[in-house]
Amino acid sequence: MSRTDSVAVAGVGMHPWGAWGKPFVEYGLVAARAALADAGVGWRDVQLVVGGETIRNGYPGFVAGSALSQALGWQGAPVASCYAACATGAQALATARAHILAGLADVVLVVGADTTPKGFFAPVGGDRPDDPDWLRFRLLGATNPAYFGLYARRRMALRGSTEVDFAAVKVKNARAGSLNPNARFRAEVDTETVLKSPMVSDPLRLLQICATSDGAAAVVLTSEEYARRLNKDAVRIRAISAPTPTYPRTVPDFPYLASDSLAAAAPAARSFRESLAHAAYEAAGLGPRDLDLAEVYDLTTAMELDWYEEIGLCAPGEAEKLLHDGATALGGRIPVNPSGGLSSFGEAIPAQAIAQVCELTWQLRGAAGARQVAGARVGVAVNQGLFGHGSAIVVGRA
Amino acid sequence: MTDGIPAAPGTEGWFQDGPDGFALLAGRCTSCGALSFPPRTIPGCPDPDCEGLEQSPEPLSTNGTLWSYTDARYAPPPPYPRPPDAEFSPYALAAVELTAERMIILGQVAPDVPDEALRVGMIMELAPGTLVSSTGVEERVWNWRPADHSEDSGADVEAYGAYSSAAEEASA
Repeated sequence: MSRTDSVAVAGVGMHPWGAWGKPFVEYGLVAARAALADAGVGWRDVQLVVGGETIRNGYPGFVAGSALSQALGWQGAPVASCYAACATGAQALATARAHILAGLADVVLVVGADTTPKGFFAPVGGDRPDDPDWLRFRLLGATNPAYFGLYARRRMALRGSTEVDFAAVKVKNARAGSLNPNARFRAEVDTETVLKSPMVSDPLRLLQICATSDGAAAVVLTSEEYARRLNKDAVRIRAISAPTPTYPRTVPDFPYLASDSLAAAAPAARSFRESLAHAAYEAAGLGPRDLDLAEVYDLTTAMELDWYEEIGLCAPGEAEKLLHDGATALGGRIPVNPSGGLSSFGEAIPAQAIAQVCELTWQLRGAAGARQVAGARVGVAVNQGLFGHGSAIVVGRA
Repeated sequence: MTDGIPAAPGTEGWFQDGPDGFALLAGRCTSCGALSFPPRTIPGCPDPDCEGLEQSPEPLSTNGTLWSYTDARYAPPPPYPRPPDAEFSPYALAAVELTAERMIILGQVAPDVPDEALRVGMIMELAPGTLVSSTGVEERVWNWRPADHSEDSGADVEAYGAYSSAAEEASA
């Protein structure tokens, strides 16, 4: 398959996730060098560096593309840095892809790296009453897990999901993560351990919520022609979608204090989260039935079940059945989070969407080792973050 | 405020408190009527098809159904206040869909309401709430609490669309 709108994933690399407490640039360098080596591309051959920003690491974090280029040694290539909350990595990949498709670059290095403080994410410092992220903490004490708790409770009320269903997601993802050398949490977990872990935001317990982690991921994207010269043209980015919500928003999505009123205006046909994968499927000219695997943003176990329905793996209300049938486990019909997911990694924000693409790439190359999804040819990665961000990326074999 | 408690930082112009009781104030677009809560601090309208710049304060209705709820068992980071010499006390959070406006508004649950009293779909009402700042000063916020004689609304299926999708309803 050769399409004018596809770019090649020539190389991928990661720094293992953990709580190492080193500078984020150090992780980024490890991932970048690994991706360049994987691609067989020299640093001097890179024509653009796109860095996913981190907002918790001072000025270098805001100019991540520059910080990483300086660390690798200035070689003159332009840089771009971008931030889109949890979709940061997807925006970085989209920027790289756009440059390649426009003919402005043949080889682009995309890197996301983060050093994350332990515990709840907190808003950036200072008194800022015009910042929704500040307001939700200041007035309500509404942490991310609190929003997740609301969504999980809602799912229980509407779908009849139980804590045991949610725990089964953790058991599944921990098993996959135990096979992944880049995962932070590599121990298998049983249902009882999940259900005995401390309650954080009812109904979600500690082991139902993803941790915050350090880590880095990098991808070398190239034009089709360049990839053929490298003989690294097996895996292609088929689509990247990153739509924003449409008015009226139907859900009180974080960090906002309210949804929009539905009294006067009718909502769009698809929810925001449903629109993410849908847009990517449309752009790639395929549908959920064509998928062999998916990486979904399991900020919580309950949210993974929401994604099954929102990306079309099953009808609304059937996610628990899909899970318990084993369809989404390794060896199942449509494995979800074969990497182990956020459940096994924890969240390193600007790296996470890039890490999803690393996993899909290894899977599509048949290089995922013990967690290999047999015969994988097409995968999707989805995520959602604060402030109306979200993305879906379709990756396919050539 | 009738009891003299000042509005919490960032909430100036969010509350109405008078003979008609306590209510949240939305911003209402003077061109198209679209509501915003919190009221916008920047001129404009949430409806992308409206070019209105002006808003007028509009009291929101004070009753709705409990869309969902959760709690906080661990102290959140600042800027959530930590009053001096006070232990962290867990609190519940509610998301209530106003029946009239079909708008979901988050708030803490009044501290005297036991967790086990909450059930998705029950009728909730707005109440004035009090937060104590890190310097020990009382601040006005809003709370949700089960309405007197609350019972399941039975109409929560309508809120279903707010969580899932209108497409699903349309194809049903």
